[in-house]
Amino acid sequence: MITQIWAWLTAPEQWSGSRGIPTRLVEHLGYSALSLVLAAAVALPLGLWVGHTGRGRWLVTGANAARAVPSLGLLFAVAMFVGPRISSNLAFVIPSVVVLVLLAIPPLLSGAEAGVRAVDPAARDAAYGMGMRGPEVLRGVELPCALPLLLSGVRAATLQVIATATIAAAVSLGGLGRYLIDGLAVRDYPQMAGGAILVAALALTVDGLLALVTRYAVSPGLSGKHRGGRAVADPKGQVLAPGPVRSEMPSKSRLEVS
Amino acid sequence: MTWVWEHLGDIGGYAASHALLAGIPLVVGLALALPLGWLARRLPRVAPLIVGGSGLLYTIPSLALFILMPLVLGSKILDAINVYVAMTIYTVALLVRSVVDALGSVPESTALAATAMGYRRLGRALAVELPLAVPVLASGLRVAAVSNVSIVSVASLIGYPQLGYYLTDGYQRSFPLEIGVGIVGCVLLALVFDLAIRGAEWALTPWARAGSSGGSGRAPKEVAAT
Repeated sequence: MITQIWAWLTAPEQWSGSRGIPTRLVEHLGYSALSLVLAAAVALPLGLWVGHTGRGRWLVTGANAARAVPSLGLLFAVAMFVGPRISSNLAFVIPSVVVLVLLAIPPLLSGAEAGVRAVDPAARDAAYGMGMRGPEVLRGVELPCALPLLLSGVRAATLQVIATATIAAAVSLGGLGRYLIDGLAVRDYPQMAGGAILVAALALTVDGLLALVTRYAVSPGLSGKHRGGRAVADPKGQVLAPGPVRSEMPSKSRLEVS
Repeated sequence: MTWVWEHLGDIGGYAASHALLAGIPLVVGLALALPLGWLARRLPRVAPLIVGGSGLLYTIPSLALFILMPLVLGSKILDAINVYVAMTIYTVALLVRSVVDALGSVPESTALAATAMGYRRLGRALAVELPLAVPVLASGLRVAAVSNVSIVSVASLIGYPQLGYYLTDGYQRSFPLEIGVGIVGCVLLALVFDLAIRGAEWALTPWARAGSSGGSGRAPKEVAAT
């Protein structure tokens, strides 16, 4: 079985043409990136605003509650209602992108909001005390401090989008999911498994890259990595890092965002 | 709506198998995540390996994991064991982190007091730290339950019968009501899991409501009830 999958993965016809792996990979990444950018344009400013002002928390609660809706159901429902209303050949793309955007919003929103909410009140007060105004505090203090949680929201959203874009092959979207769904239709297990390996590899790679981005984007003052060796010897950062922000980080990031 | 009444029996059956496919892995996953998380707390050196490694598993998209399971287990593509194992993997991936956080939420002074009272390592973990970790653990479990219910429905693309069947079948027949039944069924099931975990948490944490809610001079509720 493994040899058959390997044969499928390495066959030259798999690596060229409009049904080849490179094309499917670019499609998959393209739909995912487009959806994430659209969702982030809505959800990140909104989440920062909710966290900054403390108003509109119900938006975050509501978005989180909406996650109980199964993504497969949302996909089929939107495809059925929106698809027939679009006459061009975008009829297969638009419903899927709509669903991907909808699914990416809750983790982005709650990541940004929780990030700002978890900012040490002392840091915020100090910023106001130094004469900074609301928008300046948000940009200069709250946003950098919120970055770890915000970026873990981005990671969760990205994984959700890549996974759902795979399923969206069932409503005729292109991308790597095609191999899984098409292979299923004709009971071609090597094709399904080969596609599944590609999808898993894509998800792991993208998540790894985002982990690296998080590492470099987050201020060393927050991640407890300044002063070199000492911080590494103390991975929990309990001695060096500003208390509340740091101690809430690990638990919140998984519980609320993933 | 008559369609719903006519198919009420089927819907119940699919809901039951959906509950099993999501629920059994939740229990098994918790049983596996507890020792793993405890180990990660005890051995800080391997902690990143345990937490990070289990986190990586959650990264794999569900449809891909379902399809790859037969390769790992040597099972047939339509065996239900694929879904059970895949869901258990996701549950462990989510819960290991929760267990680590939950055990970390136990106040240091309480753990030290337990040691001073003569608790050994394992006894302290089971009798003192685990009960105190329940609130954080329960919130992690609720996230995992909702996620499980949603992911199980994806298995209908491969052909495992559960509530997700109404989603795929409704789409193929262009029958909105059927999709609605599938979505509402999944949401209700997620709600049931959520309430059950909240109930269990309430029952397991009598200390959380003994002092604060009763008001002064009134006996705690569970004492008054007996």
